[in-house]
Amino acid sequence: MVRPDTFNEVREHLADLSDEQLEARFWELSNQVVAPLVELARTHTSPSIERSVLMRMGIDSRTCMAVVVECEKRGLLGHGAGHVVYVCMQTWRCDAPEAARRLAEGDGWETVDAKWGGVR
Amino acid sequence: MSDMPRDLHDAPLDPNVKLDIEALLEGLEHYRPRRHGWTWRTQAPDQDLYEFSYRETSENVTNSIPLPAAHYFDNIDPQPDCVITTEIASGRPEDDIRRMRMAAWHGADHMMVIRTAGQSHIDGLLEGTPEGVGGIAVTRKQCRLTRRALDLIEDEVGRPINYHSYVSGVAGPEIAVMFAEEGVNGAHQDPQYNVLYRNINMYRSFVDSAVAKHVMAAAGILQIDGAHNANATAVKAWKVMPELLVQHAINCAYSVAVGMPKENIALSTVPPDAAPAPCMRMDLPYAIALRDLFGEYKMRAQENTRYMESDGRDATVSHVMNLMISRLTSADIQSTITPDEGRNVPWHYNNVAAVDTAKQSLVGMDGLREAVKIDRENPELKTRVREIKERAVLFLEAMLRDGGYFAGVEKAYFVDSGEYPETNDDGIARCSDGGVAEGTIVPRADDYMAPVCHHFGVNHLPEGYRGRAFGEAAPCDLIGGCTLCDDTKVPFTDELDPTDNAAMRLAQTAEQRERDLIKPEVEWAGDGIVAVTMFLPAAERVAEAAALELGKAMNLVDCEVIHKRVMHPAEGTLIELKGRLDVAIDPKTLVIPEPPEVLTDEEIRDFVHERNLRVVAATMGEDEHSVGMREIIDLKHGGLEKWSFSVTYLGTSVPVEKVLDAAIEHAASAVLISTIITHGDMHRIQMEKLADLAAEKGVRDKLLLIAGGTQVTDELARSWGMDAGFGRRTKGLDVASFIVKAMRERGR
Repeated sequence: MVRPDTFNEVREHLADLSDEQLEARFWELSNQVVAPLVELARTHTSPSIERSVLMRMGIDSRTCMAVVVECEKRGLLGHGAGHVVYVCMQTWRCDAPEAARRLAEGDGWETVDAKWGGVR
Repeated sequence: MSDMPRDLHDAPLDPNVKLDIEALLEGLEHYRPRRHGWTWRTQAPDQDLYEFSYRETSENVTNSIPLPAAHYFDNIDPQPDCVITTEIASGRPEDDIRRMRMAAWHGADHMMVIRTAGQSHIDGLLEGTPEGVGGIAVTRKQCRLTRRALDLIEDEVGRPINYHSYVSGVAGPEIAVMFAEEGVNGAHQDPQYNVLYRNINMYRSFVDSAVAKHVMAAAGILQIDGAHNANATAVKAWKVMPELLVQHAINCAYSVAVGMPKENIALSTVPPDAAPAPCMRMDLPYAIALRDLFGEYKMRAQENTRYMESDGRDATVSHVMNLMISRLTSADIQSTITPDEGRNVPWHYNNVAAVDTAKQSLVGMDGLREAVKIDRENPELKTRVREIKERAVLFLEAMLRDGGYFAGVEKAYFVDSGEYPETNDDGIARCSDGGVAEGTIVPRADDYMAPVCHHFGVNHLPEGYRGRAFGEAAPCDLIGGCTLCDDTKVPFTDELDPTDNAAMRLAQTAEQRERDLIKPEVEWAGDGIVAVTMFLPAAERVAEAAALELGKAMNLVDCEVIHKRVMHPAEGTLIELKGRLDVAIDPKTLVIPEPPEVLTDEEIRDFVHERNLRVVAATMGEDEHSVGMREIIDLKHGGLEKWSFSVTYLGTSVPVEKVLDAAIEHAASAVLISTIITHGDMHRIQMEKLADLAAEKGVRDKLLLIAGGTQVTDELARSWGMDAGFGRRTKGLDVASFIVKAMRERGR
């Protein structure tokens, strides 16, 4: 849409605001803009986020990649890739890098699928 | 974050020895950063240096290269109050760190490493040290190498140095974690950048961003937003001001909402315009509106790139005007753009030039705002500041009416060439169901769980592990600790590509380093690139073609005209040409005379003044040449008179007897004789005669006998009875320094 500069017409409701009021309005609107974005982020995850969780569990980047790819394939990402590794750590009584290594090699996915009912 | 002791203990740098890149690449698997988070300069708001007082400086450094004129002022090197950034983009980490050392010596304490083209679209981490294009591949190994080198460099200059890169693209959360683990101090993070300029799916960008920002906050990493890109991209940069405020606000509000403290959030702000626009009058209201609205945040003042051409002088003047806006308003971080960025990937010495420009301008304008204040009541300024803010509010109101941020992007609200509410329908539009990594976000299930610390968003942790905020154990206690709490858990990945890595590249230039061979370079060790400036008396296109031929005649290969400027359509053109010179010089083949040790102006002047030192000078024998001697004596040539020596010059063809009689009569401390023509060993004969006669007259011990001339060396002159000899290229300072030092040694 092409629109000429209508500033003088559309600013009337702002004209009587003090500078402080205008600045408060600016921030109120900005917070309104980001509120749904924050909610989206709070309730969603992504492959990169899940890999970042595995990284924090001490797992190297290539293994993070392999485990998250498999989680995506099996529809498990929404439960958390870290959660998947955590379940295997408990089953195997090992640390996170070891559990992730075994998952990356293809072990243990039946345990995982069993927990979440073979999502796919 | 836990600050772990380092496992590696590198020897301190010697300012006279190059960085040992190979050694820095060794043992990186054991390297750990010595600190985490951002460091500001230590302010020294009222300090006296030399004869001056400063209002806006920080603590001095221990090693540096001061500004060129500093030698007039006791070599002081005042450091401005704000952090100074340099952007480094060689594409090779092993060369980046050498450039960082040079920039640090000139005053940079924020090393911003540009990423290779395309890294933002790689869904995952890169590893090793592959070569990048227009920047390096940001990897764990590259970060460790850089941080390890910066630890040494910051000790060498005596000031903490911040290392900075980018948490953008589709792997943002992973890069944020890696940066937190590796002690990266600052990073760009702005989901809008992904959406608008990298066409990464908007949902993915914002979802990832929240996690990345939360991790950055935990590690104290300073965040810089990406709004300056709107300025660099806009068709008419002066129309984009309201939108810039909106972009800054979205990133700030989003960052705060996901847990980032305001003091760690910096706005990347650029004066949008450049001359011939009346840019300072146009940009100042914007700078003020921004600082009014974002007073709780930090300002990272960037320099204009939108209107940068290949002319380094033009770019530098623009940047100085930008710096004046920084000084008249405020800047917490002063970024610098290299004056050659308009024509190529920055070269080493242009990083240094840009840092010097910032330091020079900021120090030169120190305290200026105490006397030169912005007139906030000036009607034009006041109206315009208000107008920009109102336009930004109108932008936000309309975007919310239209369905919010995502809808606004779909409707091309951003980077439109109209000044909102004007639109020209040429903004950047992105589809919410399109872009890189579209369809990759997943709702968190009712049992979503991430057993780690500093994780943003819904996390169904077991009872008792919700973290200290709940008076419970840390989430990572479930797994025996996470890398953000226990540094020993951080893994290391070395090279994945056996050919594309730093070690292989270094092997190619190994001989150059081992034999200390000298090759010119602008970007990479041994690249051989030189630039030649020439004025050609020809019209532009002819001059350009001629310059390429001249380059070939100079044995340059791959010649390219990097800048041209018409002086007059017919009279001529200035050309800057670059080319590669495949020549290496072995320093062992060079004959380099030892530089004479010289004293400071002040030291000499004080010594001469206290003793009212007098000197008698003459050109000997039949010699009619007096030019050399005059250069040593005359005030206007920087000769002895400069330091208040009282000099009696007897002229040319002066007999030895007359010289000595004059020296006795004037109670001189030194006799200077010049001998140029050396037929029949005349110079030797004159010197020996002077020495003998002085002894005969009983004044040899009272006088310093000094001989100069094109064929004279110090060694020869001394062997013929003189106290010193001076040859070609001698300056008054050399002679003055010798006189003062010799008299001191003799206790006079």
